[in-house]
Amino acid sequence: MIPELGHFALIIALCLALLLALVPAWGTWRGNSVAMALAPSLAIGLLVFVGISFSCLSAAFLQDDFSVKLVASHSNSLLPPIYKFSAVWGNHEGSLMLWVLILSLWTAAVALFSSQLPLLVLSRVLSVMGAIGVGFLSFTLFTSNPFARLLPGAPADGSDLNPLLQDPGLIIHPPLLYMGYVGFSVAFSFAIAALLGGRLDASWARWSRPWTNIAWAFLTLGIMLGSWWAYYELGWGGWWFWDPVENASFMPWLAGTALIHSLAATEKRGLFKSWTVLLAIFAFSLSLLGTFLVRSGVLTSVHAFATDPSRGMFILVFLAVVVGGSLTLYAFRAPAVSSRVSFAWVSRESLLLCNNVVFLVATLTVLFGTLFPLIVDALGLGKVSVGPPYFNAVFVPLMALLVPFMSLGPVSRWKRDAVSRWGRELAIPAAVAVLCGVTLPLLHAPYNVWVALAVLLSSWLVLGLARDFWQRLRSGSDPVQGLSRLTPGYCGMLIAHLGFAACVTGIVATSQYAVEHDLKMSPGESRVLAGYEFRFVELAQVRGPNFVADEARFEVTRDGVFVAALHPQKRRYLASGSVMTEAAIDAGLFRDLFVAMGEPVGSSGAWAIRLHYKPLVRWMWLGAILMAVGAFTAVLDKRYRRQREVVHSSHEAALRGA
Amino acid sequence: MGPRLKLFLPLLLFALLAITLFRGLGLDPGAMPSALLDRPLPAFSLPGLGRTDLLSEADVVGQAALLNVWATWCVSCRVEHPYLKQLAEQGVPIFGINYKDDDGAAQRWLDELGNPYRFNIADREGTLGLDLGVYGAPETYLLDTNGVVRYRHAGVVDEKVWQTILEPLYRELHKGSNAP
Amino acid sequence: MTLLRLLFIAGLVLVAGRALALIETYEFSTPELEARYQQLSEELRCPKCQNQNIADSNAPIAQDLRRLLHQQLELGASDEEILNYMVARYGEFVRYRPRFGGATVALWLAPVLLLLAGIAVLLLTLRSRSKTAVSGTATLSAQEQARLRSLLEKAEQDS
Repeated sequence: MIPELGHFALIIALCLALLLALVPAWGTWRGNSVAMALAPSLAIGLLVFVGISFSCLSAAFLQDDFSVKLVASHSNSLLPPIYKFSAVWGNHEGSLMLWVLILSLWTAAVALFSSQLPLLVLSRVLSVMGAIGVGFLSFTLFTSNPFARLLPGAPADGSDLNPLLQDPGLIIHPPLLYMGYVGFSVAFSFAIAALLGGRLDASWARWSRPWTNIAWAFLTLGIMLGSWWAYYELGWGGWWFWDPVENASFMPWLAGTALIHSLAATEKRGLFKSWTVLLAIFAFSLSLLGTFLVRSGVLTSVHAFATDPSRGMFILVFLAVVVGGSLTLYAFRAPAVSSRVSFAWVSRESLLLCNNVVFLVATLTVLFGTLFPLIVDALGLGKVSVGPPYFNAVFVPLMALLVPFMSLGPVSRWKRDAVSRWGRELAIPAAVAVLCGVTLPLLHAPYNVWVALAVLLSSWLVLGLARDFWQRLRSGSDPVQGLSRLTPGYCGMLIAHLGFAACVTGIVATSQYAVEHDLKMSPGESRVLAGYEFRFVELAQVRGPNFVADEARFEVTRDGVFVAALHPQKRRYLASGSVMTEAAIDAGLFRDLFVAMGEPVGSSGAWAIRLHYKPLVRWMWLGAILMAVGAFTAVLDKRYRRQREVVHSSHEAALRGA
Repeated sequence: MGPRLKLFLPLLLFALLAITLFRGLGLDPGAMPSALLDRPLPAFSLPGLGRTDLLSEADVVGQAALLNVWATWCVSCRVEHPYLKQLAEQGVPIFGINYKDDDGAAQRWLDELGNPYRFNIADREGTLGLDLGVYGAPETYLLDTNGVVRYRHAGVVDEKVWQTILEPLYRELHKGSNAP
Repeated sequence: MTLLRLLFIAGLVLVAGRALALIETYEFSTPELEARYQQLSEELRCPKCQNQNIADSNAPIAQDLRRLLHQQLELGASDEEILNYMVARYGEFVRYRPRFGGATVALWLAPVLLLLAGIAVLLLTLRSRSKTAVSGTATLSAQEQARLRSLLEKAEQDS
């Protein structure tokens, strides 16, 4: 009964989405404010019914309703309840439901938190979001129905959730990722609304900026969680593989970073208006392209869902309509002549332009590299593979190019600045940074030039920011005024850039300094890695809720001092019989120690053991968290709230008949 | 019109992308053509199954034939086996490579299920497989009269595969061998 | 057990293979060989798997290729020779770092060309934008300058 209810609710949701796409749009065309005013209610109704549908699907999983095909294929009665719930999105159909749920959440959020938007704009924006909803709801209902039943002949128990997914990472990684992916649809909708309205002024940038920042923050967190999850779950210590599905999430992030910086210029100075619109379309198109790549089977990936070319065709058509349509609209409606706003060669605008160029080149490079095997195959030129060696070789230098400019950015002035002023502001930080870059890597043998360079650039960035922060604090006539100059917008920028510096340092340090050894060890043996002694104390048998495991108990010491006890496991899941390795990690701010079990070697109780030493690896993920925190902080800036007060006060003035 | 035309560039680029993706839907990214296409069979010297002498590539050359890579641990090979017997009865020369397998188990398998092969090369270590570019079982290579590899099919050879892919090519190569 | 379940379990094993990360313990005669082994095993693609290098894959063919790699390194083959050996048998598909030649020239040149194009666009834009900036400066009276200064300070406070 419940699955049918869910199915029905989904159909109603599709109808509501259709209404939302068409009625307010017609209202804007005809100037009918009743039709336009329907938009927020329709958006909320959409959320309600999608919510009901999602709840029904979750109920089917939680109640072990194995007559539902999806539950039978991806769940099991022995599964802990929390994984029964997250199994909802551990598959193609369920993850689409999650996509649709999050899209409805964003649509309703825009409907509820946009009191300062003119009704005309709001209805356009919500219509576009409704249209996207129509696409995804149709895709779900017509090709990927999660409520399909297995009657008659429902199995007594399910096939179990893939053990790799039985992990806290699965519970939050996809929702966060989708919040980001789907969140770019808001910026996209604002861009389309601006093009439709024919008025491409700076206000659309001001309205969409908080939404874009939040979406970007979620995407940052989602990617960071995916990387962290792969690191501790997959048992080989890697954290990024440039796999097509990983790239599918990274490309919107790169374009999104260009977008949030471009929006800053558009909001502040009315610059790059049509360029920013194009970026917004680009970022969301990359989200849709990612959806296509992951579900169509055109590229091989460990992360891809069960692929089906007919589903791929549907998404491709949808992609063609949305992206093709928006780019056509852009070609016809964007201003052909750029604004007369000017700025000097040396100014904050030119630095933001540099940022955009680098991120765009990076995005296109990753896109080309990801699609290259497909292009070569489509042209009949054979089969090639493009993997981490290529991407690392081209991507790292690009990012290295970016970091020096990041130090100049926060210090620079709008419209016109002087290199001599930059020199004055940043000379001391630069000198200290050179010192740090040269000396800090000495703390870790052997000396590595790349780490030195990374430390130098990151230190310059951090010190430059610190100096600017200190100056602002001291600039007012009294401390309170100084503090008031530290607006959420400024603090957000500061925190986010600090996060980036931490991230860069972490990535370079861990790539260059990590030590990894595969060794044969028996209980009682001891090996030394990077100054740490790993002693294999004993092998034990343990039992979990739905698995049995061999557990190797390790004791790690350094110079005789106890550091950690690590217990990696080799699990065999009872329902499916599949075997999985569960690595043991001693996490630290400055280094991670990692132990994983391979296979038993011979018959004497020896095992193949992988030992890793990974310095500063956590900085990468902590840096990403900081970036997200920075973005969230920036949204709290009162200029986004002030708009409402202005509107309210002008409303009041109007009411008073002034 | 100039500046307006520039704005159509993104649309144009997207159209190219969409066409590529459309083409991609019809392709199989996992399919791998053999690296040995139009190259001769690699040289080898390996024992045969149930024989005392050593076999080499010269023993395979001379007619258009199928070279089938199989093993007793391969479930799909068992699925494929009856159809191979059918083809052998029709007169198609089939040679086998017993890939990384145990001789005794392989012989018992053939005794039990029948033997469509003219002879079997016992590739116990998988060295011939490595030289051929074998990455799994079953795989079937189509050789011409000079022992040049013309096609590699990865996966089960069933009626559909034979009729649509292998047979036309085989007939062509076979005809070629009868030409004066 | 239905065929569906069988297939699913097979699929599971294929994916779970990634988490198995078969850890072999090859002995090397020098640390450089071990370092080269680690680097090359990350550069070679497992021909059978869903986008994994031979270092991370558990598939039998990946094990065979790792053994082959170890053998070749101990025999003294250079990186180039080993890669060519693999490509001769499995095609260019097996290299994660595409060689520079043929179709892949476009791949390696693309980032460079894109960057150059980006820099060109950057310079052109800066040039056209700065031209108007130069011509816009008029002189202000002392009173106007003072007013301008106070306005600027107020604006900076707000941002």
